[in-house]
Amino acid sequence: MTTNLIKQPDIEPHNVEAVNTGAKKAFVEPLYAAREKIFPKRVRGDFRRLKWIIMAITLGIYYITPWIRWDRGEFAPDQAVLIDMANRRFYFFFIEIWPQEFFFVAGLLVMAGVGLFLVTSVVGRAWCGYTCPQTVWTDLFLVVERFFEGDRNARIRLDKAPWTFEKIRKRVMKHATWIMIAVATGGAWIFYFADAPTLLKDFVTGQAAFIAYTTVAVLTFTTYLFGGIMREQVCIYMCPWPRIQAAMLDEDSLVVTYNDWRGEPRTKGAKKAAAAGIPVGDCVDCNACVAVCPTGIDIRDGQQLECITCALCIDACDDIMGKLGREKGLISYATLRDYNHNMAIAKDPSTGTIDPSRVRGKDGKFSDKLRHFDWRIMLRPRTLIYLAAWSAIGLGLLYALTSRDRLEVNVQHDRNPVFVTLSDGSIRNGYTVKLLNMIPEPRVIFLSIEGLPGATMEINNIDQPAGVSFAVPVDPDRLRSLKVFVSQPPANVASGQNTFRFIAEDKQSAERDVYEANFDAPDK
Amino acid sequence: MADEEKQIDEFTGVETTGHSWDGIKELNNPLPRWWLWTFYATIAWALIYTIMYPAWPLLNSATQGVLGWSSRGDLIAAQQEAVAQNADKVSRLAEMDITAIIADNELRTFAENGGKAAFKVNCVQCHGSGAAGSEGYPNLNDDEWIWGGTPDAILYTLQHGIRYEQNDQTRISMMPAFGADGILSNEEIRDIAWYVVQMSGGEADSAAAARGTTLYADNCAACHGEDGGGIPDLGAPRLSDAIWLYGGNYEEIVAQIQNPQMGVMPAWEERLGNVTLKQLTAYVHSLGGGQ
Repeated sequence: MTTNLIKQPDIEPHNVEAVNTGAKKAFVEPLYAAREKIFPKRVRGDFRRLKWIIMAITLGIYYITPWIRWDRGEFAPDQAVLIDMANRRFYFFFIEIWPQEFFFVAGLLVMAGVGLFLVTSVVGRAWCGYTCPQTVWTDLFLVVERFFEGDRNARIRLDKAPWTFEKIRKRVMKHATWIMIAVATGGAWIFYFADAPTLLKDFVTGQAAFIAYTTVAVLTFTTYLFGGIMREQVCIYMCPWPRIQAAMLDEDSLVVTYNDWRGEPRTKGAKKAAAAGIPVGDCVDCNACVAVCPTGIDIRDGQQLECITCALCIDACDDIMGKLGREKGLISYATLRDYNHNMAIAKDPSTGTIDPSRVRGKDGKFSDKLRHFDWRIMLRPRTLIYLAAWSAIGLGLLYALTSRDRLEVNVQHDRNPVFVTLSDGSIRNGYTVKLLNMIPEPRVIFLSIEGLPGATMEINNIDQPAGVSFAVPVDPDRLRSLKVFVSQPPANVASGQNTFRFIAEDKQSAERDVYEANFDAPDK
Repeated sequence: MADEEKQIDEFTGVETTGHSWDGIKELNNPLPRWWLWTFYATIAWALIYTIMYPAWPLLNSATQGVLGWSSRGDLIAAQQEAVAQNADKVSRLAEMDITAIIADNELRTFAENGGKAAFKVNCVQCHGSGAAGSEGYPNLNDDEWIWGGTPDAILYTLQHGIRYEQNDQTRISMMPAFGADGILSNEEIRDIAWYVVQMSGGEADSAAAARGTTLYADNCAACHGEDGGGIPDLGAPRLSDAIWLYGGNYEEIVAQIQNPQMGVMPAWEERLGNVTLKQLTAYVHSLGGGQ
């Protein structure tokens, strides 16, 4: 075999077999099979560079966000992003959300879902390949592994080597670094839930809440387990998304594709075969694409659920094609429609086999009839509908956010008794009135009643004679609950149920909220 | 199965259980090892658990467990913790004057909440869950108080009760049975009744009411006041208003003059103690009629 290897000096053939290939999962094999280790080889290229950048950005966002400060005045925390469970507040830069406004978060989650549909229908599993935390942290853990143990071949040798001091040293260093990263990952998480500098101090000095230590411990363990030990198994066996993706992809979605129509028939001894008059495709069967694959598949078997479309095989293959002086893109992002079109051209109708001469002219250039990616295919009804739904939800949330009230009044009518007859024959109704001051500033809110002839109100523990308007101080970012009694003199009392309005007003900001309440009187 | 012969599945080479459903035979695969070990672990866990915690039933009780844990003990601990947390407030309630308690924001809130709970247990049977009362049982939400609606007056009523003979300091007021005891004639009673209806703003027989004016002044004003405004110190209700304990129409007023009904309220001092009574006072005072 090796005598037939490609003669180009700097193409290294890889002795590698895809561990997660379909052929290995024969029907009669047991349901459980031990994992075969994967040693992804380092690769350089455009997609690898893009992935480094995305890794830096996503990890940066995750680790740095809780430390960003945002001044909200003296009555609110100054952490830009804070989920304050104890006080039931969620802060996001200039936005503060109360529990009843949680639909904003639900809306964002729906947007994330629809966004995932949109991205998947356009570029396949881009989420999995570039931004999924599982992918990002596994990538990070691989960097560490490579740093201590070397690239693919060195790691395979080390794995097979007996336990020497050197091997133990490397392994200990690797796992120690992984655990440090895992601790930092779990540690960063808790800072989203409390004031980060205070919590860090408490955490280190052993004064933080028990739940903080538990959370860090659990997340440290899962990060280490998922990123260091389980890796691709999380994607293949645990994650539901690979199962759903089939419904999300269509023939116009861009997926990482091995272009058989120019690659086949693949051969290791290209020149020899060509000299012998045997048709030769572009694929030199160097297995570089398999060697770099983090999920251990052979992309040349076609699209498969193990493929997270990280595009590293594209980089690996482009590198080889460059060295061979052939066009890049033997493995590329391509749509199934283009692929099928090109396959139809490449296949000899009589034999059904791929004939390289059908896609290339005499000059070695690709035939004009071949189809290549056209960006306009991204704009099709399906993606436009996703985009429309996504934008509609986004605009709806934006509208809700800009038009929401920061001053609210809620009223509960006393039900027992519904009304009370007073000595002068007046009818009195009791209410629990809740004034919500949803800004981090103290405010005086004017509570008044309107629309009930002759009626006056009194408020428990606010020392002011009966009247129609009360000035109520409310603490910053707090709700104030008031016991309010509304009385209507006998001359004005209308029998049965009458409606009137509670009005809460901030006279400085001109904010106003109205609650329509019932006033019950005896039936005459 | 009667047929003890081993059946081997041709395709997998695994023994089958011999059970067949619609021609499909169940393979007798061994249990996965991880599952089996988990199962053994749960058994070990259960054994340890029954030693540590109350578990095995005996004739009269059950094993107590070496940890000595019990749900009753948990409850007692939680209650003691709650009591300890409130100890400071409770001691202040015990020492302070009821008016001062109501003036203190924090103490008043604490007292009202405690009073609300105590009311639900001890008072609702007569005064109703909303304290709205019913015929013969005063509504505590309104602004008429037979024995006074100040915090001190409410507390006194709670402590000593009304017409509650077992208590020396109970509030006592007795209205004579003007008809039953023959003090007034039926005509006179009717005239007084019309006058009282008129006094409270109702439509009355004006000739009868006019006759009743003098009769009222001679027989009733001493307790109920010249203008029918009532005298809380005597426990004489106000008559010139819209609130009636035993009904405010003519017939009901006649019946009350004829042979008055008078309710009894127990003294609660011994049963509930002063702290709870102060809490109840704060609650009742907050219902909207407190003076």
